[in-house]
Amino acid sequence: MRDVFIIGTGMTPFGELWDRSLRDLYVEAALAAIDDAAVDRLDSMYVGCMTSGLFVGQEHIGALMADYLGRTPIPATRVESACASGGIAVRQAYLEIASGASEVVLAGGVEKMNDGADVTSALAAASDQEYEAYQGITFPGLYALIARAHMHRYGTTREQLARVAVKNHRHGALNPKAQFQFEITIDQVLNSTQVADPLRLLDCSPVTDGAAAVILASAEVAGKLKGHPAVKITASAQASDTFALHNRQDLTHLGAVQRAGELAFIQAGRTIDDIDVVELHDCFTIAELCAMEALGIAEPGKAAALVETGETTLGGRLPINTSGGLKAKGHPVGASGVAQIVELTTQLRGTAGKRQVEGARLALAQNMGGTGASCTVHILEGAA
Amino acid sequence: MVGIVGWGAYVPCYRIKAETIARQWGGDPESVRKGLLLEEKTVPGMDEDTITISVAAARDAIERAGIAPHEIGAVYIGSESHPYAVKPSGTVLIDALGIGPHVHVADYEFACKAGTEAMFVAYSLVKAGQMKYALGIGADTSQGAPGDALEYTASAGGAAFIMGDDKVVAEIQATYSYTSDTPDFWRKELEHYPQHAGRFTGEPAYFRHVLAAARGILEQSGHQPQDFAYAVFHMPNGKFPLKAAKTLGFTREQMEEGLLVTTMGNTYSGSSPTGLAAILDVARPGDLILLVSFGSGAGSDAFVFQTTDHLPALQDKAPKIRTLLERNRRYLDYGQYAKFRRKIIFNSPV
Amino acid sequence: MKSAQYIREVPQRYRLEAGKCTGCGKLHFPPRLVCDGCGSREFEAATLPRQGTLLTWTVIHAAPPQFSLETPYVVGIVELDGGVRLTCQVADCDPEELAVGAPVELVFRRIKEDNAADIIQYGYKAVLRRE
Repeated sequence: MRDVFIIGTGMTPFGELWDRSLRDLYVEAALAAIDDAAVDRLDSMYVGCMTSGLFVGQEHIGALMADYLGRTPIPATRVESACASGGIAVRQAYLEIASGASEVVLAGGVEKMNDGADVTSALAAASDQEYEAYQGITFPGLYALIARAHMHRYGTTREQLARVAVKNHRHGALNPKAQFQFEITIDQVLNSTQVADPLRLLDCSPVTDGAAAVILASAEVAGKLKGHPAVKITASAQASDTFALHNRQDLTHLGAVQRAGELAFIQAGRTIDDIDVVELHDCFTIAELCAMEALGIAEPGKAAALVETGETTLGGRLPINTSGGLKAKGHPVGASGVAQIVELTTQLRGTAGKRQVEGARLALAQNMGGTGASCTVHILEGAA
Repeated sequence: MVGIVGWGAYVPCYRIKAETIARQWGGDPESVRKGLLLEEKTVPGMDEDTITISVAAARDAIERAGIAPHEIGAVYIGSESHPYAVKPSGTVLIDALGIGPHVHVADYEFACKAGTEAMFVAYSLVKAGQMKYALGIGADTSQGAPGDALEYTASAGGAAFIMGDDKVVAEIQATYSYTSDTPDFWRKELEHYPQHAGRFTGEPAYFRHVLAAARGILEQSGHQPQDFAYAVFHMPNGKFPLKAAKTLGFTREQMEEGLLVTTMGNTYSGSSPTGLAAILDVARPGDLILLVSFGSGAGSDAFVFQTTDHLPALQDKAPKIRTLLERNRRYLDYGQYAKFRRKIIFNSPV
Repeated sequence: MKSAQYIREVPQRYRLEAGKCTGCGKLHFPPRLVCDGCGSREFEAATLPRQGTLLTWTVIHAAPPQFSLETPYVVGIVELDGGVRLTCQVADCDPEELAVGAPVELVFRRIKEDNAADIIQYGYKAVLRRE
């Protein structure tokens, strides 16, 4: 397998973007990434998107985006794995270059969630439609089931969950592209609107329009570029788990996250202790804790205590979700996995401004679909 | 010997007090309580209907009978609140309980006596030797118009009876029906709530048919009122059945066990059948039971049952109806009740 | 109109019909074509018991339109006797009555209608066992 580098990144603002359509969003992010890379060549492209069909009634969006990006006749492929669509789009582009099939590939992710479709129903399609969604469970509800199991098993408290949201809002306040660029308090989380007990509104990532894109290239192409310090993808791993949450023997354990993490560390020849900055899939506060535990950032049941120490806050030993995470940056579901890579590339280039992690060289991104039935983990390495 | 081989009954856990309804419409709670002899009524949960009530009752009937569901050759659900105007209730039930598909199914409708019709036909088929077992159910989730007198009583519940000729717990000794065209209560297609003819529903309707059917079956069977351990008459309210009983020469004591209406309300097609279930829950072998239903429009079906030695062993095999009436009662205010019964206009899709 | 999709799941939703792997004995609900325990493709029919215990639950306050009239409602994960787990609503209760390990049984209820004119979709819900 060949080495693969990130040579360009682009991202729209995240939020309620009433004046931009699905295609506008993708093309805007892709153009920004192409401009950032300063290469004209594009051999193929990927579009990570969860459910444009349910959100705006549009399918077949690989070709749609190729056309509106002015790149026909290159191959254009949509990737769908619920909220992991973006991360897996990046992985597909990575594999295409690593295999030697292509030299320069665009991996973008997009979701247009605010065009009037019922978001709760659309997102519930990522659960087992016949045996979970049918019963009236929602996505916040599924994570609430995990949260209660975690609280019961490990004594995790409501306040500890709130701290994850408070931390990520603190980071989001420093991100000019975040949907929520303001801080919140624990009291605000604890008193926010009930969504799915024990989770409240401020435990949940928002409904977001947005797109993000990266350009990946072979060493040969990347080596000729002078613009940015090279960022190498040293691991790209993916795993799956039982589809329905109720079939997990341990409801608090994200098996696919653990598996993808283990594979990624082996591929990169690294351990979690080597990592300087992390983007985790915090679709709900409990998800960040479970993902931390699955990746070995904390022992099972100990993630909440680690968050309380401040070690995962910017300035701490291992900052998590410096972008604001899905919680504060926003969660356009198909774009989130790509946006994580954009954030970490920015960190590794040393251009993250107020939210820069000093001396960051190794970064990890974890992006999952559903209640963790699909997961991808990437490890990125910046220039020495 | 042909008769009941298994029974089950069900009422939802939700309740509204007659007093709550009276206060909503500026009525006098005390006069409602005394006038109708009614404290409260059952209300179906938003996830309950005639079909789910029938399934719950029939599941217990099968459990008590100790038979395999597929041995049942016919299933009849009597109700005036079948969830579909077109599409049977019974088909859902036979698939939920594993009775089908080799089974005869029909839904019956005859105001409040559809349940005893179902029982009558089930009994007749077994007696004719057409099949080993047949299931007759009476269940309803009836509605009275907001502010109407019927709103105090129209409730939800039902009972299921498996008829057979083996290990009979209550032999059917006699049946009798009395029917005439009497428009005391009706609802036309596409109308949401029923209409009724006020006091005409009493003497010319309920009492004429109930008394005639009762007198007819007593004469036919050669029994006197004092021969019976229990009697149950259709219970549109607390007053009517007690008055009918008194007129016929039955005592309050004979009526007490089956008189569920004061805390259950009028379960329409399920009314006298749930009363019968309550009696079977406690009767001793050899007891005679009289049941007389009434359905507006109008008609009455009467049955004389005699319990057997097989009865006691089945009484504790499933929850008793009075236990269900007493446990987990969840009271609604009028606003919740209006929402549960969809008395307010909602946006689509529901 | 969901008739075709709906009727396919009726044996499971109405009667809890499962598939028992003849290779390793694992119970699958709903039935599958291949056992994820041992890889066997041979199954025999099994009916699940209606009794079980509650493992975890949530109270849904923000629901899809088909369920929005019923909020707040409880959804939980139930482990049936014998070990099969499923997700379903817990009806006829206050959330304060619930506890991890609470004994429940499955009952037959209406689940949803996709719109007022569409078919009524039935299935299982749990209720607390209140002996």
